[in-house]
Amino acid sequence: MKLKQIAQATALIVFLAGAAQAQVSDGTVKIGVLTDLSGVYSDVAGPGTVIATQMAIDDFVAQEKPKFKVEMVSADHQNKGDIAANKAREWFEKDKVDVVSELVTTSVALAVQKIAADKNKIALISGAASTAVTNESCNNVTVHWTYDTYAVANGTAKAVTQGGGKKWYFLTADYAFGHALEKDATAVVKANGGEVLGSVRHPFPGTDFSSFLLKAQASGAQIIGLANAGGDTINSIKQAAEFGINETQSLAGLLMFITDVHALGLKATQNMYLTEGFYWDFNEETRAWSKRFFEKHKRMPTMVQAGQYSSIMHYLKAVKASGTDDTAKVMTQMKKTPVNDFFAKNGSIRDDGRMVHDMYLLQVKKPAQSKSPWDYYTVKAVIPAAEAFQPLSKSSCPLIKK
Amino acid sequence: MEIFGIPVQALMGQLLLGLINGSFYAVLSLGLAIIFGLLNIINFAHGAQYMLGAFAALLGLQYLGVGYWGALLLAPVVVGVLGVVIEKTMLRHLYKLDHLYGLLLTFGLALVAEGVFKNLFGVSGESYAVPEILQGGIRVPFMYLPIYRAWVVVAALAVCLAAWYTIERTSLGATLRAATQRPDLVQALGINVPVMITATYAVGAALAGFAGVLAAPIVQVNPVMGSNLIIVVFAVVVIGGMGSILGSIVTGLGLGIIEGLTKVFYPEASAVVIFLIMVLVLLVKPAGLFGKQA
Repeated sequence: MKLKQIAQATALIVFLAGAAQAQVSDGTVKIGVLTDLSGVYSDVAGPGTVIATQMAIDDFVAQEKPKFKVEMVSADHQNKGDIAANKAREWFEKDKVDVVSELVTTSVALAVQKIAADKNKIALISGAASTAVTNESCNNVTVHWTYDTYAVANGTAKAVTQGGGKKWYFLTADYAFGHALEKDATAVVKANGGEVLGSVRHPFPGTDFSSFLLKAQASGAQIIGLANAGGDTINSIKQAAEFGINETQSLAGLLMFITDVHALGLKATQNMYLTEGFYWDFNEETRAWSKRFFEKHKRMPTMVQAGQYSSIMHYLKAVKASGTDDTAKVMTQMKKTPVNDFFAKNGSIRDDGRMVHDMYLLQVKKPAQSKSPWDYYTVKAVIPAAEAFQPLSKSSCPLIKK
Repeated sequence: MEIFGIPVQALMGQLLLGLINGSFYAVLSLGLAIIFGLLNIINFAHGAQYMLGAFAALLGLQYLGVGYWGALLLAPVVVGVLGVVIEKTMLRHLYKLDHLYGLLLTFGLALVAEGVFKNLFGVSGESYAVPEILQGGIRVPFMYLPIYRAWVVVAALAVCLAAWYTIERTSLGATLRAATQRPDLVQALGINVPVMITATYAVGAALAGFAGVLAAPIVQVNPVMGSNLIIVVFAVVVIGGMGSILGSIVTGLGLGIIEGLTKVFYPEASAVVIFLIMVLVLLVKPAGLFGKQA
């Protein structure tokens, strides 16, 4: 009888000790990639971010040889906040997903970061643009990784205004994202001594922009700021060229991706300024990673796809270092470790959830300057992390004590 | 001189742009009206066929070296042949059923086509250059008019008039209309009715393909270009009166202009104005402006 009790107690102790050692729940870290797999942002984010995530997982397992398993699930949120919210809830509740990531489209990001907070899980945002993520909607389980409207508007609008483009007119997509972009860019233009003559809001998504472009042309502005994205930006630029607008006025794409330039070609986009958080041809490291990505995706990475890899890698390393997938502990670990990889140098995650890193002011090359496929940009300036993003002093995030 | 605070010059420019957009609506809604009027099929694949026309032009140029003018002829043929295949293998079985089945089938086909092209080419699509001879623009008194846009209006109107004339004023058109009203009688007169019906669907699809080629130099050629447009075009057809050939042409042009004016006075509403008009028309004249009460 006594022997049996001792045996039972021993078994219990062994069991508990075992449980205490493997603090990663079920011995598995599960990463959810919730992105636009088929809609307007599927080139910018989409399947490429799923590939980037898998690359991060494979590299992490090969380099760090963790004691836990890493799995990935992915789903298409169709750019709809309600679909994304339901999927995220299902993943957290039923499928034991530890972190939900990517989340392109602002409405999706805002919906999912709220659910992550409710469920005490982590949200890593790469594709969404709005600064609302780290301002009024901020929370302590969300990290906004790659860029935001402030960073891209700031870089481009500042460079163009300081370069002499003082009079602006905005062509703005009529929804939250477009309004945010216009607002951020307007502030930068005014701060640099420029003026905004007006703006016109076009329905989203649009097909024909000629009416709006003629209004912009008639405004007498030097610069037409495109506060839209994706297919809208592409068609705006294409039709501006058609109407000869780029002969007398300049266009500034406030949120453009390398895939937009690729789709339009250099003839239509040459000399445009834009700001991105990543360019594949920046240095040896970026080229090496991008080449690996290209072999799998047959396209060079966008900043969203590169940022996705970076955020997942940083997360997995934090899980390993802290020995747990507990949300608070992993977040603390992520915030205290600088981000140093091909994507960011000395990047850091602020208390509002903003990952600050260098941004790049780029100019699109002329067709004759481009030596090889995807050779599209000249890096005009590296915008240091401290200047690139909205300063904490202007933050409206309740987590920031002033 | 100003009208409601808008300079007349600007207003004229916007009217012209509205007319250009209206030409697209006219060609597309014409194809839909032909298919519906003669076949009783609500062709939801029309947007996809428009997209296929644009892609046929793009791929023809990239892989076969077929230029714009060749594409203007060949792309509609390609899309028309696809139409023949669809009609012969699938649509044919649905004529006796409710309209809804044809709508569901063609909607499904449109989704498949869009999905396949998204997979192959991504959503950003590619640019198609304006043909050299139509590049540049002319200064009309009130605006800079790209020559290509002027060409679009001319080409679209010519095609619309030709289609209207063929159906309403020639003996071929008369036979066609008779064949859809009383297929048994026309068949008894020795005319091969099934072939005529197949040809009609092919022509409707080819019109969509033609519009796609016309649009390729203006808008980015991408897999969703058709679905962005098709809902508006359906509204145009409903306003004009389902199946009315002349109605679809006139309404297409008219609504293009109204939409253009909305973009001047209240741009935020330009996406909904056509649907507002649709609601009003349906309330007042349920059969559409040019439709005959069934």
